Amino acid sequence: MAAVMNTERALAAQARPRRQAGRDLAGVGVITIAAVIGYLLFPDNLALLTRIVAVALLVLSLDLVTGYCGIATLGHAALFGSGAYAAGILSAHYGINDPLLMTLAGVLGGALAGLVSGVVILRGHGLPQLVLSIALIHLFHEFANKTSSWTGGSDGLSGISADPIFGTFEFDLYGHTAYVFAIVLLVLVFVLLRLLVRSPFGMLCRGIKEDPVRIRAMGASPKAALLKMYVISGAVAGVGGALNAITTQVVGLDSLSFTLSAESLVMLVLGGTGSLFGALSGTVIFMLFEDYVSAANPFHWLTMVGVLLIAVVLFAPKGLYGSVAAFLSRRREAGE
Amino acid sequence: MQTVFSIAVDALAYGMVLFVISIGLSVTMGLMRVVNLAHGAFAMIGGYIASYAARDLGLGYGIAVLLAVGGTVIIAVPIERFLYRRIYGAPELTQVLMTIGITFCIIGIANYVFGPTLKTIPLPQDLQGSADLGFRTIPVHRLFAIFCGLAVAAGLWYAIERTSFGVKLRASVDNAAMAAALGVRTEVIYALSFAVAVGLAAFGGVVGAELLPVEPYYALRYMVTFLVVVSVGGAGSIPGALIACLLLGAVDTTGRYLMPEFGEFFFYLAVIAIICIFPRGLAGRMK
Repeated sequence: MAAVMNTERALAAQARPRRQAGRDLAGVGVITIAAVIGYLLFPDNLALLTRIVAVALLVLSLDLVTGYCGIATLGHAALFGSGAYAAGILSAHYGINDPLLMTLAGVLGGALAGLVSGVVILRGHGLPQLVLSIALIHLFHEFANKTSSWTGGSDGLSGISADPIFGTFEFDLYGHTAYVFAIVLLVLVFVLLRLLVRSPFGMLCRGIKEDPVRIRAMGASPKAALLKMYVISGAVAGVGGALNAITTQVVGLDSLSFTLSAESLVMLVLGGTGSLFGALSGTVIFMLFEDYVSAANPFHWLTMVGVLLIAVVLFAPKGLYGSVAAFLSRRREAGE
Repeated sequence: MQTVFSIAVDALAYGMVLFVISIGLSVTMGLMRVVNLAHGAFAMIGGYIASYAARDLGLGYGIAVLLAVGGTVIIAVPIERFLYRRIYGAPELTQVLMTIGITFCIIGIANYVFGPTLKTIPLPQDLQGSADLGFRTIPVHRLFAIFCGLAVAAGLWYAIERTSFGVKLRASVDNAAMAAALGVRTEVIYALSFAVAVGLAAFGGVVGAELLPVEPYYALRYMVTFLVVVSVGGAGSIPGALIACLLLGAVDTTGRYLMPEFGEFFFYLAVIAIICIFPRGLAGRMK
């Protein structure tokens, strides 16, 4: 029943391309305004804001597989970390310091990791799937730890220094260039993803989430579609990883950690799955709170995250953005 | 030969500790279909209570074990009643989030109450030192852990195969709705088996404290291991869990002894291989 209603809603959504384009523009506007506000509020802490953008890319990429395809994974940082290491190794070992080429390397590295993860994770369903994803992130972590001549091991990969963008915009000490670079990347990815999730392929993935048997009966291959989505998701996470490597000039093992995977899932759910705005808002809220509270006491932060998670599951299962959006649309319907 | 023998004993003891802790998880997961990531947190609570009782209050080891099991069950029952009962039958993602949330809370609170240091549980005289088998000596504590594992396996086998509670439990695992229609009060069965599972987790946490040291991040660090064991063994199967524990315990211990620089690499490689070959676990039933 829910599937039928969702399909109808999807059809209705396709009948309003102009409204959707308007919402895309509004989304870009909101991101830009939020970026400017962030710049005005925290001019001394642009590194934090840049980090938020990098993690937001990871959460967006997680949303693609969890929110749109319904795959529960606790190993998504594998894609982020692979992108970061790909970009970092290109600079530190091959001396290619062009930021755009490094980002491209991140995209490729992330996509490759997405392919590997997808092939492994899509073999299972339910609990085995979850365990596979956990085993995978640990395997990536151990692998990066062992190949320390390439990755720097537990010391982290250092010696990354990106050249000026287009040869003119140098990465300054205050992080202005890095911040603008990050926002531009985020807006680009956001627009591309909006197009992707509305495309027939995006619709197919949603259909697979609702009812894979029916999709197979209609002649499409769920597994191939999911794998494709996993590779795309890897590319997006790779952009985030590369951004992190370029702007912080170091890649640590923590970018391949289980903790980062779990945190990104928490952020996604906090904001709301199955919506790009949800992914973005969840990341911003979570990271800002984390910055304030964990500076005081990391364990209180852990307790608070726990309580927050339980509260979201019990009272706002659609996430913060999802609940607000549902509330607004109900009010609009009541007003009409 | 010496190495092979000590690896075998350690692997057996480690596997048995894993078994005692994760068998409860396996049963509840098979019964209630809840992906319970907070199971390790209950083992940790058991370890903390035992450490407090034995080290700070100076009580005996046996009493500390009893207190730990009882205390953990008392803490866990309201959690089951108010939080878990809402997520039975919910999508996996919801269950994962709720139980991760519970784990985070327990870690934060445990650290607030007991501090971030490693807690030891002093062993009684009888369990210290080593036993002479004639040709080898092995630590008594390892023997004790192996014995506990065997006792738990035998006890559970008896309870599930031979008692009326076991009959109702198996009926509920197979088809909860039908069992309820036939007059089995599945809610009571759920609550009881959850309590038993948590009690076993606490027991395992205390007995295995020498092998898996008790500290605030215990719940996160070993959560994965317990989950892996259940998934590899097949949820709800005692023989499956036993085989999985012994197998993974052997892989992990051997890897650590022979190639310590590779850490847990082989453990996770084995996990991925097993799950890819047996997607429902070693003893999982086909749906």
